Amino acid sequence: MHITHSIASGMGGMRTAGDLVARMQMSRSMKIKEAKEYVASKLKVSVSDLADPVVMSEVRADLGIGRVNALPRVPKGIDAKFRIAELLAIEINCVKLFKDRIK
Amino acid sequence: MKKIYTRMGDGSVVELSDSELRRDLEEGTQDAAKRANIPPLSEDDLRRLVELYQCPDKSVGVERGKEVVLSYDSGTTKFNRANVSVSKLQSLQIYERMLGADTMEMGHMDYSYKAAKHIMWIEQPEFEQALLVTIPPLFYGAMPNLGLYTQPDGPCANPMELLPRGKIREARAAQEEMIEHAVKDMVYVGSVMYESGADGINFDTTGAAGDADFLATLRAVEILKSKYPQMCIEMGMSGDFILGMHGELTYDGVILAGLYPHKQVELAEKAGVTIFGPAINTNTDKSCPWNVARAATFIKACVENSHIPIHANVGMGVGGIPVTETPPVDSVSRASKALVEITRLDGL
Repeated sequence: MHITHSIASGMGGMRTAGDLVARMQMSRSMKIKEAKEYVASKLKVSVSDLADPVVMSEVRADLGIGRVNALPRVPKGIDAKFRIAELLAIEINCVKLFKDRIK
Repeated sequence: MKKIYTRMGDGSVVELSDSELRRDLEEGTQDAAKRANIPPLSEDDLRRLVELYQCPDKSVGVERGKEVVLSYDSGTTKFNRANVSVSKLQSLQIYERMLGADTMEMGHMDYSYKAAKHIMWIEQPEFEQALLVTIPPLFYGAMPNLGLYTQPDGPCANPMELLPRGKIREARAAQEEMIEHAVKDMVYVGSVMYESGADGINFDTTGAAGDADFLATLRAVEILKSKYPQMCIEMGMSGDFILGMHGELTYDGVILAGLYPHKQVELAEKAGVTIFGPAINTNTDKSCPWNVARAATFIKACVENSHIPIHANVGMGVGGIPVTETPPVDSVSRASKALVEITRLDGL
């Protein structure tokens, strides 16, 4: 089921900017158009590029916000989320708690 | 004359003529419009659905640029339910890196708040560990599932046994007691998982036990949002309208029994829900085109009446998907494309 929806209608998660657009819906209740425009402006790409895995692979690599393939010295978890929070100017709950834990 | 390959709501194959397809689409949208007193789909919407079902391709997809984000229910339970032996953390990483998930969800295999509350001691550290090694937003989810609070599984008298005996006052009292227990459990689980770092909390199949189930969830949402104003709360529903098992319950002065999605979302917004997921049940006696047209009509009205993102439930038996354990790609992809493009959904 999931795979069919992902291919038919989904943005593609970390392959593209799907996780980032989702974060804007979750943190600011943005509708899809507004969320895409916001993320595109923060990433300095066009809205149509957001769902393009070729473009977004490079953008994600440049910004250090996580890539699908296993690569050394590339943010791949909480470290990527630190950068995402700063890039999108949002608070990410687990990032905030991580900072509190390491004070 | 070429026949159109499609399916019935139970998944069985059926071939329709052009006029039969058109008839089913029109009847489906009119059924929804009449029940909920909302506009039917436009002629342009119907034309697009006709073209969609006439297309002979096995799998279809949205036009480029119209992609939406996906959220889930029962996220980590799905692998184990398919007999694939992976841990919760492994299944999350598979969703994240191999299945293109925009968001993810972790939940207890016994996917109800009443059951989940007992294992928070081990859910929390596992969830915290998952947050360290994954990137997409991670929900914790479960079902309100008010039925679990009735005897013999729970403390309350069973309204389903009281009602046939004509004990309506007692059945109502039992449901009001069930609400109190359910709210406590949902607030407890939501609180501890948010304090462990959850990006959001998901209430799945809200309203499954009727208006009491819906009210309990609305109250839990209200309490959680007052405790944690930044919390993302997703409320996924269970059916087209709220069953009046109690019949007299209200929220903010509105009777809950009989509400359709475009009215359910109003109350969800008032309570503090961040993302709302309408669910339209599939009629197995009708064709998939009939079901999709009907679902699209309800969901379109819901989207137009909402200020928050709408992620329609499009899973087994809802959103025009056949009621079958292995939903076919041809039906799922058509429902997916139809609902996203016609209703302007924010997600699925």
